[in-house]
Amino acid sequence: MASGIRDKVAILGMGCSKFGERWDRNAEDLMVEAFEEGLKDAGIERDQIEAAWFGTAIEEQHVGKSGIPLAMTLRLPYIPVTRVENYCATGTEAFRGAVYAVASGAVDIALALGVEKLKDTGYGGLPQRGRGGLNNLFWANISAPGSFAQLAAAYRAKHRVDAKDLKRAMAHISVKSHDNGAKNPKAHLRNRITEDDVMKAPMIADPLGLYDCCGVSDGSACAIVTTPEIARGLGKKDLVAVKALQLAVSNGQEVQFDDWDGSYFATTRVAAKRAYREAGIDDPRKRISMFDVHDCFSITELVTMEDLGISEEGKAINDVLDGFYDASGRVPCQIDGGLKCFGHPIGASGLRMLYEMYLQLSGRAGERQRPAPVLGMTHNLGGFPSQNVSSVTIVGSYGA
Amino acid sequence: MSDAFGILSYGAYLPRRRLQRKTIAAANGWFNPALRGLAKGERAMANWDEDTVTMAVEAARDCLAGMPPAAIGQLMLASTTHPYDDRQNAGIVATALHLGSALRVLDVTGSLRAGTSALGTALAAGGSALVAAGEHRLAKAASPQEMHYGDGAAALLVGRGEPIARLVASHSETVDFVHQYRGHDRAHDYAWEERWIRDEGYMKIVPAALGALFEASGTAASSVTHFCMPCTLPRVAAGLAKRVGLSETALRDNLAAVCGDTGAAHPLLMLAHALGDAKPGDRVLVAAFGQGCDALLFEVTDAITKLPPRAGVKGALARRKEETNYERFLAFNDHITLERGMRAETDQGTPLSTLYRNRDMVTGLVGGRCRNCGTLQFPRGRYCVNPKCNALDSQDDQPFSDLGAKVMSYTADVLTYSPDPPAYYGMIQFDGGGRMMADFADVDEGKVEVGMPMRMMFRIKENDAARGFVRYFWKAAPAANS
Repeated sequence: MASGIRDKVAILGMGCSKFGERWDRNAEDLMVEAFEEGLKDAGIERDQIEAAWFGTAIEEQHVGKSGIPLAMTLRLPYIPVTRVENYCATGTEAFRGAVYAVASGAVDIALALGVEKLKDTGYGGLPQRGRGGLNNLFWANISAPGSFAQLAAAYRAKHRVDAKDLKRAMAHISVKSHDNGAKNPKAHLRNRITEDDVMKAPMIADPLGLYDCCGVSDGSACAIVTTPEIARGLGKKDLVAVKALQLAVSNGQEVQFDDWDGSYFATTRVAAKRAYREAGIDDPRKRISMFDVHDCFSITELVTMEDLGISEEGKAINDVLDGFYDASGRVPCQIDGGLKCFGHPIGASGLRMLYEMYLQLSGRAGERQRPAPVLGMTHNLGGFPSQNVSSVTIVGSYGA
Repeated sequence: MSDAFGILSYGAYLPRRRLQRKTIAAANGWFNPALRGLAKGERAMANWDEDTVTMAVEAARDCLAGMPPAAIGQLMLASTTHPYDDRQNAGIVATALHLGSALRVLDVTGSLRAGTSALGTALAAGGSALVAAGEHRLAKAASPQEMHYGDGAAALLVGRGEPIARLVASHSETVDFVHQYRGHDRAHDYAWEERWIRDEGYMKIVPAALGALFEASGTAASSVTHFCMPCTLPRVAAGLAKRVGLSETALRDNLAAVCGDTGAAHPLLMLAHALGDAKPGDRVLVAAFGQGCDALLFEVTDAITKLPPRAGVKGALARRKEETNYERFLAFNDHITLERGMRAETDQGTPLSTLYRNRDMVTGLVGGRCRNCGTLQFPRGRYCVNPKCNALDSQDDQPFSDLGAKVMSYTADVLTYSPDPPAYYGMIQFDGGGRMMADFADVDEGKVEVGMPMRMMFRIKENDAARGFVRYFWKAAPAANS
């Protein structure tokens, strides 16, 4: 019986670039921006890093394939560098690789860095790209918003929710994230909006309007991880440790078998249960201090809070409208602005979520700081509701 | 079970959009005021994802509906607008229809008589054959052809069994009378003066063919109860009927007002229309004009009353949506250069080896049915998708094209590139099992809902303009619209 990852690995340092339309910066510049902060925060030299995981999803838009771009940009000293890609959950995959390397005892200190330079396409939204030889021949002409928009149709049908009521809850989610993003100097979108703005915004994929969709951004984030013992030896106090690291990947059941109704993420439900077990958490609604979930679209956040077991199934609308997930609510969600406003440079996003949890748990979140958080949970999703990779990570005070 | 030979069934397909002729006249009347005189009725207009092949597949599916499965030895696809010059167009239709590889196929082309020539050849050959004819006709903006032409397809199943109509006589005249032509590599027809076409063409060549048919077969013209004479020139068909001694009531509606002239498909479309109306004992005369004349005379049998229900021309005409956007018609036919945006620049190259390996799945919508647990699934994986089964190589072929489905989830997407935004698509659940994320076709804005019944239709998935390759796949259309 595996003992799990709980408290075996600590975060030594983290860094995150400013996210946004970084017209004046290459992907390499963003990587250095995040790495310099992370290295300083960790208090180590570059040469102490023994292995690295490099996350980037749409490499053809910027750095190209393999681990070489990371090694060359950061001048890493001939160490192992693994490039990972798992759709929009790529950043967390890089983190998972580094954490597992340390937990295995193979290395003492490992780096995870994610980057994406999305704003060199010439148009808005995510880059249009092929799906693979055979998939191109039969996949529907889907976009990211179009695939996630279908959650709303299925959710409404299942829970008999009026379209307007659901859209209003979705609007509240976006308004909340804009409020949070406004307080975050590194966020891409820092403007406040109203529910009315959301309701009246131009349609992207019915019922998702412009303000139901997250930012498409350039950015990079990184984590340097080690064992709690080494972290202590390096003089670190109040350690932030990894409590759970789970990933569930669709095997075709949702899109080809008959037992999924299109209104939720089957993967997230599985990954969340395993994560709570790994972290030893019985009542997540009470115990988790804050969330950063994969709010690529407002509807994703809404159904995810049910899939994580925080809101009851069919009842997330009530929690959302009651302000349960607001910055001032019981359990804030997207306190850093989320994908919605911090932005979504794909390969960096999972690490960016952890960055906020890390800052909060270290008491360094500035204007956004929550009083004494203990456990933070991130949820990083890639793909489409009908076939996706869903990763759930819990970090918290070492020993808690 | 009789062993008689003849036409066993018929089918028809018209694209759902009907471009209003007054819309064309309003757009182009400034340039060609004569168009205003033609601004009556409507013409069938292929959607951006329809062509001769897709329409022929749909007509053939209508033709085969409810028919007992029987080996079809030959498939002919007649058209002057085949999408491929070198790739058997009929072979695409055959794969979509799951006709198997032991099959003789033929693309028949080069004349507006191609449809009747194919049918006549199949009837003369005597074996089982599916004869389909389709046209996606292009015409220059502000031309009379743009008004007259229509898009559509028809299909006839020929063979032994209980024919609904048997051939009484046929005759063909071949005369190199060039009333219009389209040279190699040209997109549009070039036509001569209508009065000459009428006087020297129709009024001389058609009577010669019909006269020869009556004389050789010893039948009286007056015995004909349905005269199918595709001709959009005013009063010509009536003049011909009179000249050869056909009764006035035999002359059938040429569908000009409701669908337009579908070229090589039109004689077969009119025949299918006539068979939809005919009673046992009726005699149907079909003529087709184009560098000569084909004439085919049929007698309808008692079996017509037992033919399983089908859409036919009546159903195809009833499945209709008025189109009053002339620019959309131009765009669908590539007659204007739209700014399609960078998302349209995505490379749509088709790996032909991949397509070949998966041709049943892609062209035929064939998935799997697990022998072990009975689960239907698309596409067919090596392992069964049922988590309680997961058996290896346990699936038999399962065509999904004729299974009904219901909408599980959907969206209308304005971000993704579509030639006809918004792009409608969603997850559909097949009745009896299996599901897929499918593009939707022929959807009305704001009319999609979860639970809505859908039907699969064969459509163009992508046009690879850079390489001249048309990629086909299946889409889900509202059952009420299909």
